[in-house]
Amino acid sequence: MSSDPLRRRRSTHAALAAHGEAWVWLTGGCLALAMTMIIGLLGYIVSEGVATFWPRPIELIELTDGRKVLGEETGRDKAPDGTGRRLIRTANFELTGKHFEWFDDGEVTATTRPAEATVVERLEGGRFQGFPTRLLHGDEVVAAGGEEAWRGFREQHPDVRRRWREAWRIDKGDRGVLQRKLRAARLAVVKAELATGADSPAGTAAAVAEKAVAAEVEAQERRLDERTAELRAGNEGWGLEFTTASGETIVLPLADIVRAWQPNKASFQERLGVYASRWGEFLGDDPREANSAGGVFPAIWGTIAMTLIMALLVAPFGVLAALYLREYASRGPLTAAVRIAINNLAGVPSIVYGAFGLGFFCYVLGGSIDELLFRPALVADGQPTFGTGGLLWASLTLALLTLPVVIVATEEALSAVPNSMREGSYACGASKWQTIRRIVLPRALPGIMTGLILAMARGAGEVAPLMLVGVKKLALDLPIDGTFPYVHPEREFMHLAYLIYDVGFQSPNSQAAKPMVFTITFLLVAIIALLNVAAIWIRGRLRRRYVSQQF
Amino acid sequence: MSTSPSPADPRQPPPSAGPATDRLAVVAAGGQVEPEVHERVRQTPAVLEIDRFNLWYGTKQALHSITMPIPHGKVTALIGPSGCGKSTLLRSVNRLNDLVPSVRITGEMRLNGDPIYDQRMDVIELRKRMGMVFQRPNPFPMSIYENVVYALRIDGESRRPVLDEVCERSLRGAALWDEVKDRLSESALGLSGGQQQRLCIARAIAAEPEVLLLDEPCSALDPIATGKVEDLIQELRGLYSVLIVTHNMQQASRSSDYTAFMYLGRLIEYGPTTDIFTKPVLRETEAYVTGRFG
Repeated sequence: MSSDPLRRRRSTHAALAAHGEAWVWLTGGCLALAMTMIIGLLGYIVSEGVATFWPRPIELIELTDGRKVLGEETGRDKAPDGTGRRLIRTANFELTGKHFEWFDDGEVTATTRPAEATVVERLEGGRFQGFPTRLLHGDEVVAAGGEEAWRGFREQHPDVRRRWREAWRIDKGDRGVLQRKLRAARLAVVKAELATGADSPAGTAAAVAEKAVAAEVEAQERRLDERTAELRAGNEGWGLEFTTASGETIVLPLADIVRAWQPNKASFQERLGVYASRWGEFLGDDPREANSAGGVFPAIWGTIAMTLIMALLVAPFGVLAALYLREYASRGPLTAAVRIAINNLAGVPSIVYGAFGLGFFCYVLGGSIDELLFRPALVADGQPTFGTGGLLWASLTLALLTLPVVIVATEEALSAVPNSMREGSYACGASKWQTIRRIVLPRALPGIMTGLILAMARGAGEVAPLMLVGVKKLALDLPIDGTFPYVHPEREFMHLAYLIYDVGFQSPNSQAAKPMVFTITFLLVAIIALLNVAAIWIRGRLRRRYVSQQF
Repeated sequence: MSTSPSPADPRQPPPSAGPATDRLAVVAAGGQVEPEVHERVRQTPAVLEIDRFNLWYGTKQALHSITMPIPHGKVTALIGPSGCGKSTLLRSVNRLNDLVPSVRITGEMRLNGDPIYDQRMDVIELRKRMGMVFQRPNPFPMSIYENVVYALRIDGESRRPVLDEVCERSLRGAALWDEVKDRLSESALGLSGGQQQRLCIARAIAAEPEVLLLDEPCSALDPIATGKVEDLIQELRGLYSVLIVTHNMQQASRSSDYTAFMYLGRLIEYGPTTDIFTKPVLRETEAYVTGRFG
């Protein structure tokens, strides 16, 4: 352009680049995209998860072929020929063999919302939908007619439920305690036999003791049997008779009904009551029906316990390793190699950690512990105690998995401690360890907490390694309970993240389980967020105390 | 004493300015010069003797055969342009330079006759006999009280009356007691910059040091805080032997008894402060203290 090659030229893009507008838009756009995806995902999970338990209206659908079905609309889409169709939760599996059914709009002649249509959640067999007709007690008809029967049901059901709950508590809790007592006595016999032989004084004493325990347990069992029989007798005979939309008549025992509601005529308060009661069951009870209904309390418990134990294990390990690496190790190729190796560990697939945990922690470590300390259990019923997956091994495996995160974050935090502080301490005559313990570590604590927060978030969401080292589809015995020694780190446990996989992809009734998956995901995210908020709060306090510098 | 010669002061070159005596040029060219040490310095009893001390960072020599006694109970100022080795010399006294891996030294220093660089000298014990204050205030992330008694804590002292007594004495000594006595348990990080620096001085004098090392203690402070710290140094005079590095001529002339002028790792002139600032032997020193160079 210019004849003078040395004259400064200015391209048309230069002004734009100099102002940097383009970069602001590029960077801002990337952030906006990321935010959209995150908020979209979270929003979807939250909206679906929160809506799961809200009682929705149920419709009576009349079809061209004369059939009538009662159900809740759960989905709608377009058939290939352009007409609409909808997915109805028809329930009543024992009558129809289906939980859900698709209906083309063309075959539907009428849709109504009858006021007395009732949804029943049962202990097993899935939902039931129909119209109540009579309340029965044995041969006696307590109430007849839809409204009367429903009112009678609402009066009787709480008592029936209370009796059922008590019997269930006896079966699960009290009988479990007795069984454990019996097993402890039996193990004592085996232990004495292994130590001194069956005919030795110790062996015979143990055998005598076992007999006494067995007699006592039997007596107590008999008392429990009487009590549960009495409770069950109270519930016996109570039944609610229903007519289904297609005209069958069926009697549901009241003891099998978890709850029932009439969504089409329920007031807002009543719906809110059902909503709250379903959330209460979800958060506080054991699962039912292959985890696709009921609660997830054991899984909540397992998730929190595992995450906290993992944090407790990984924190000291990671911090000490990082301390050596940053404060003591001399700078050189070996240190650099170690650092690179640690960073690479973060990229190892988590299932590899699971395999390692199973092979080393469960079989080698746990197997040795069993050999040394739990030999009677191994001999008596061939059951490993520590030599199989369990809460402790799962926590250790995840601690190993998250170790690189903690080491890297701790190293960062340590290198951010100003050297002037270290020198000030040395100048006072402090040794290296005194300086680290009194000056460097407190000052680095907030940064270390950041690493722990990241580790906890990562660990709580892992599934793959847990499947190998102790997470089970169903494990109702909590790792901490009222029986000696109160803490049972060897027990298998349930975990929310695994439950998502199990309920979502392994469930026989996956359509019904789908809303549960959202709710469990929502719960898991909420728990992780809660743990993080707690950790961030602690970090904020530490930061105010140790880091804030005024100038 | 209180007035330093202003740069505008028209003065004759000192009589010793002989032929080819631009020592600074000689030093800059890598040569050796004999330092000019006034007789009065040699006559005072020394708390710290630096004896032909050399120091290298890797292959670069930072201190060249420094020999100077530090008088007992007096304030001695080290002045000189940036990079002349003042701070390095100061940090060599309590062996903080040991922490730098590439440092190598020859020569000797003696603290009240004890060889500092002797193999049998425990460096931790050595540092307990000295107090040091740094350029930027570096209070520890703990309470004001714990900052002051830190040196005693690491020695395992936990008797509350002893700690209380030391804390109050040190804070009074650092002219900070009245400002913080009601919030001793609060974090030291909440103090202002000047207060933090006086806290660091309190921390340094808590263990009754034989020498107090001050490394440009006012360079990160605002003028008011600087004034307070300077007043404090005046008060420490006579109580402690103080070795202070400073960039500020006025500070050196106001608050020190002796002044040493260093240039490129060499000691150039060392004498009583009044002499250095009003009638230096070397005209190079005069040029520096009057601000004509450096």
